[in-house]
Amino acid sequence: MVTLARDSRGALLAGAHTGPLRVAPVDGLALEERAARLMARSVKRESKQAGLLLAVACTDLTTLEGADTPGRVRAMCARALRPDPEDPGVPPVAAVCVYPERVADARAALGDAPVHVASVAGGFPAGLTPLPDRLDEIRRAVAAGADEIDIVLNRAALLAGRLDVVADEVAAAKEAAGHAHLKTILETGELGSYETVRLAATVAMAAGSDVIKTSTGKLPLSATGPVALCMAEAIRDHAQQTGRPVGLKLAGGIRTAKQALGFLALVGETLGVEWLHPDRLRFGASSLLDDLVLQLRFRRTGRYARPGDLPVH
Amino acid sequence: MTTTPSRPDAAAGLARAFAEYAPSPEGRDIVAIRPRYGLVIDGRERPAREGRTFPTLEPATGDVLAEVAEAGPADVDDAVRAARRAWEERWRDLGGRTRAKLLFRLARLLQDRAREFAVLETIDGGKPIRESRDVDVPLAAAHLFHHAGWADKLEYAMPGMRARPLGVVAQVIPWNFPLLMAAWKIAPALACGNTVVLKPAETTPLTALLLAELVDEAGVPPGVVNILTGAGDTGAALVAHPGIDKVAFTGSTEVGRAIRRAVAGRGVRLTLELGGKGAHLVFEDAALDQAVEGVVEGIFFNQGHVCCAGSRLLVQESVADEMLRRLRRRVDALRVGDPLDKNTDVGAINSAAQLATIRAYVDEAVAAGCEVHQPARPLPERGWFHAPTIVSGLGGSERIARKEVFGPVLAVQTFRTEQEAVAKANATAYGLSAGVWTDKGARILWVARRLRAGVVWANTFNKFDPASPFGGLRESGVGREGGRQGLAEYLDLAPVGG
Repeated sequence: MVTLARDSRGALLAGAHTGPLRVAPVDGLALEERAARLMARSVKRESKQAGLLLAVACTDLTTLEGADTPGRVRAMCARALRPDPEDPGVPPVAAVCVYPERVADARAALGDAPVHVASVAGGFPAGLTPLPDRLDEIRRAVAAGADEIDIVLNRAALLAGRLDVVADEVAAAKEAAGHAHLKTILETGELGSYETVRLAATVAMAAGSDVIKTSTGKLPLSATGPVALCMAEAIRDHAQQTGRPVGLKLAGGIRTAKQALGFLALVGETLGVEWLHPDRLRFGASSLLDDLVLQLRFRRTGRYARPGDLPVH
Repeated sequence: MTTTPSRPDAAAGLARAFAEYAPSPEGRDIVAIRPRYGLVIDGRERPAREGRTFPTLEPATGDVLAEVAEAGPADVDDAVRAARRAWEERWRDLGGRTRAKLLFRLARLLQDRAREFAVLETIDGGKPIRESRDVDVPLAAAHLFHHAGWADKLEYAMPGMRARPLGVVAQVIPWNFPLLMAAWKIAPALACGNTVVLKPAETTPLTALLLAELVDEAGVPPGVVNILTGAGDTGAALVAHPGIDKVAFTGSTEVGRAIRRAVAGRGVRLTLELGGKGAHLVFEDAALDQAVEGVVEGIFFNQGHVCCAGSRLLVQESVADEMLRRLRRRVDALRVGDPLDKNTDVGAINSAAQLATIRAYVDEAVAAGCEVHQPARPLPERGWFHAPTIVSGLGGSERIARKEVFGPVLAVQTFRTEQEAVAKANATAYGLSAGVWTDKGARILWVARRLRAGVVWANTFNKFDPASPFGGLRESGVGREGGRQGLAEYLDLAPVGG
């Protein structure tokens, strides 16, 4: 049982969870067993078709490299709007996700299209630059046109037991983000146990995050079935306690349509069908879209396209 | 989350179409069910001497699958004599290494044809294909492999003892795990150098008969494994036969009592694996989401047709409401339907008779004013199905809280302290299984020591391993199956030099 100390800055948590923060124990073996079962659902025919289209609609098409140029981001935005140039039935993705410096380029390329611009901000990926710098970066990304901000949780503070610091920083980021939605990356690969994942998720939600996200994508261990299940259960409990639905973003290591369909089954059966929506579920990925489009083309034409048949961004 | 949701209706429609899970049935074509099946005696299949047959039905539809020979007393006599001859002339002195080789071969043949066995088991018995594919068939193979390994090492399994086979073993098995129980019975018997007359349950004879084909294909000599299909009379004739040396029975406590009377005073060895009313003990510090999963798995696995099912939930009062809320939500998500569909969680009830029994228990609980929760989803119109059911508001004296329902029905009670939890868990005539759910290691040990049950699982349930002895106390049976203890039940042991 953890109680968040609230000082005068408690006002930042208005509307969020304010009671004592209880974090339920998690049994790792059983969690992994359940996640494996859910990810192995047999999704066929019209359900598979719907799942593939839904996965496209829930994708945050991402590029987070030092070599991201305006041209590369423009090409990615074109892809985001029309994932399969040959098939207008494939919907646009939910958002593009870039570094703050590329937000203006993405915003310009997308125009008024219904695709969001998400920016990582706040000292991505370590989150250990000074807090004022992190908040400033968030404000500048929003000013440049980002309507979603992906920050990283302060794992150093979390693992040192300073939940108050973790919560206050998330709350400050939420305030800095203003109208933009706040997606908080837990970086679960660094947290060491499912219980810590659940704790981090609970604190991040209590402090006002609109979405909790698994990973930066910069670690070899990213979004796994058990981690997704652990976070989904935390979201379910938070919604039950506060009435506020928080979104889930699964990022890193999701490359195949089969993985995405497995995650859809896991989220749908844990949180309910209303969570299978771009407003509440995202896949953060760069190469997943290619496989989704290839699978959709196969279903349309009866043959597999070669990877070279798809546009490169 | 987003400020301007894009195509909300389109996404919601896709979500519903996805979450419905279009039918994904495993193909039936891999199995060829014959219109008629005979008895397997001395390596040959033949009709019953009196020519009687009975139908075996498909629980998911109620349709007849095949007509199966019903063994009478003369057939029983033939089978026991064949087993005796095979033991004396071909099997007893064959040597452990050869028996091991044959059992290993049988295990591999079963693995080779795993899908066929899984589909046949699901068609004949009604259990979900996911379970027959992932649990029944692999575990059956595991039992054969495990005991194959012991066949030439019996002196090491029983240090200081001279281990000799018993002779002819009569084995009567139930309908809830037809193939697994056959393997579970045949493997140790053969590994220890005995021959077998096996009677499968009358509602589920097909996989045991298919296994008999593999036994022959593996090169096991004729007469070592004989299969007598039939109902209660066939089983009664078998255990009453003077030519047997041991009875191994898995089934109801009522029949177990009759068998015990039938073999009393005859010098016939006996193991009984009978009913149960296993309890989950969920403490307030448990990982509740995983406890919910374990309780669901513990009672709804195989439609609750499991002797060691966790059919009682004892939950600490401080978390009882929370636990029940989560449990109901989880049960509402269970998919009941076509057992061959790969996404089915709960399949068909094995027989019309069993369905009537389960309904009678639930009706009685409703009449007594208990709170009964069932998912709203409709059940299939054909076949024998029963919704997963949670009965709460129980005092503990109701029949549904004390008797083995053998169906997808969970009876919920609460407790306040560890002492009370143990007392309530032990307040049953049975003593087969229990599950302890807590985050505290010390509590697991304290509670487990005081539970009167043959197997106690901690933070998990229904985990089976051929190396682990399984069996019950009190009205749940005598003797153990699996592990070295299970081997000893099939051996005549005497101290070396004694």
